Amino acid sequence: MAARAPEANADRPDVPALKVGAGATAITATTHLDRTLAIVFVIAALALPFILDALGAGYYLSLASRIVIYAIAATSLNLVLGYAGLVSFGHAAFVGLGAYATGILVSEGVVGSGWHLLATVAVTGLAALTIGAISLRTRGVYFIMITLAFAQMLFYLANSVKGYGGDEGLNIKARSVLGFGAFAIDLKNPLALWYVAVAVLGASLLALARFGPSRLGRAVLVLRDDDVRAEALGFPTYRLKLLVFVVAGVLGGVAGALSVNLQGYVSPNVLHWTQSGTLMVMVILGGVATVWGGLVGAATLLLLQEVLAAYTEHWEFWTGWVLLAVVLFARQGLVGLLGSARRSVAERR
Amino acid sequence: MSGVLLIEQALNGLQFGLMLFLLAAGLTLVFGVMDMINLAHGSLYMVGAFLAAWLVGLTGSFVLSVLGAVALTGMFGMALEAGLLRTLYARDHLSQVLATFALILILNDGVKMVFGTDLPLSAPAALAGPVELFPGFQYPAYRLLILGVGLALAVALYLLVQKTRMGALVRAGASNRPMATAMGVNIRALFTLVFGIGAALCAVAGALLGPLLAVQVGMGENILILAFVVIVIGGIGSIRGALVGSILVGCIDTLGRTGLQQVFREFLPPQWASAAGPAIASVAVYVFMAAVLAFRPQGLFPARS
Repeated sequence: MAARAPEANADRPDVPALKVGAGATAITATTHLDRTLAIVFVIAALALPFILDALGAGYYLSLASRIVIYAIAATSLNLVLGYAGLVSFGHAAFVGLGAYATGILVSEGVVGSGWHLLATVAVTGLAALTIGAISLRTRGVYFIMITLAFAQMLFYLANSVKGYGGDEGLNIKARSVLGFGAFAIDLKNPLALWYVAVAVLGASLLALARFGPSRLGRAVLVLRDDDVRAEALGFPTYRLKLLVFVVAGVLGGVAGALSVNLQGYVSPNVLHWTQSGTLMVMVILGGVATVWGGLVGAATLLLLQEVLAAYTEHWEFWTGWVLLAVVLFARQGLVGLLGSARRSVAERR
Repeated sequence: MSGVLLIEQALNGLQFGLMLFLLAAGLTLVFGVMDMINLAHGSLYMVGAFLAAWLVGLTGSFVLSVLGAVALTGMFGMALEAGLLRTLYARDHLSQVLATFALILILNDGVKMVFGTDLPLSAPAALAGPVELFPGFQYPAYRLLILGVGLALAVALYLLVQKTRMGALVRAGASNRPMATAMGVNIRALFTLVFGIGAALCAVAGALLGPLLAVQVGMGENILILAFVVIVIGGIGSIRGALVGSILVGCIDTLGRTGLQQVFREFLPPQWASAAGPAIASVAVYVFMAAVLAFRPQGLFPARS
């Protein structure tokens, strides 16, 4: 499938080149991985646990891990929502399925992370393939509603499965164990979980940055801008969309598997539509179709909540006003805002 | 299932469907005419219910309180439309989702600040008992009232949209907004009024369902999604579609809950049957939507030709 899009390019070198040329203005610095930012990310990821420890704020590592896990989920949604322009309102379905797949295995006494990864990838991949194959036949508002409907079905299903907690949720005592024998690393260790989570996030961001300018990525951007034209140009639009949908679903599932390891708990609420809404809000807040959008959005929203909650019990109220301000005054999201601030500073020089 | 139970459940389904219609009517017009995804529509339902419960505490009269809540929510809706939502019509769907999601947070917490997380609201004492509709069949009087009000409002709304000049302008806007504007219809001003009416209808549903469900923060979130399902089934922008869709969804949900439970009891352990029934009934609504969209991608009564 991946090979088809370049073939379509090769058949008519002039026409797609024109389209890609036009689309190239859309591929700005935000879709590439800024080298400085990448280095900052790696150093911050390595050093944060020690900095927090030195400050006597070790507790915040769990908040940081939560941010990173949400960032993985938001980044995966950004692939569908931003890059492919498919407004999926049911992304929580995949995060939740990943969490349940791992949670159920652990509760059944299977702790090997290989099995967890296999189950998560298989379950979410199959679910995304099924949901995507049906949903992608619709478009626009109907796509939004169908993806929402599937997520809601899974929400009610999780509520009714009494064997795995039902509406009360599933508590797990053990965690995933990476490796085996002398090299076994239990994700119960917060430090291990942190490094695994940032590694997954880093790999996702790197992959996303490579994806944007790649031939496959450009093909996806073309179909986002005008999928009728993309189809007329010979792109296998349906299969491209399905590929993106499945990859994003699986990555969302991995985020879910990590979150159940962090919290030791999974409940049907992870599948509720407000969770899908929250992930969407993170992506839009950070910046649609930008590499850093998911991370910036997740970090901003969760830190905002954390800070506000320290001062007032009505943190939701003030979070709402901040989000409204972003919609009205930062139309490209925070990444766009930062980018334009940097540009205007550069112009003034 | 016995005949009496079936009639009772059918009436319950119809009643729930009519209340859903009150929400879906406003939602489908906002969506159909202004192409706006308003996630905060369910919050207006919550605001209406809280205002009604608060007014009952002040005045002691259920009828006065419902009327007051409807008027206040209508005005609140118009202020919201003119002050904020209007600027979002021209924006893409994603911005609308973010902005109205923010509104949900603000309204949920705002209501919590003013009224607390929940308020008691009970049906008027005069309607507390059952009424014998025919020998051997009793039905709660309050539910009968909801049924009556819902039917009356549905007819009134239908006449308003289908038979009046204002309704014709709204329908023109739903089928082709640029054309309606070019013909000299002031869609913006008209729409503030339409939004106010939609908000008032939400308040009716919130105030009337309050005694049956519960008046609490977050009550709008689940019913909002059902209202979206309704308008997608009915066809976005169509009042008639919203009515048909609401009643179908109301009946599937209500009959499914009890009916499936009965069926499952035949061959499943009771604790499984009582859990699986409601879950599958909730799923049935979405399966129905998927089936409708498979055969009629524009919904049952598409507004745009």
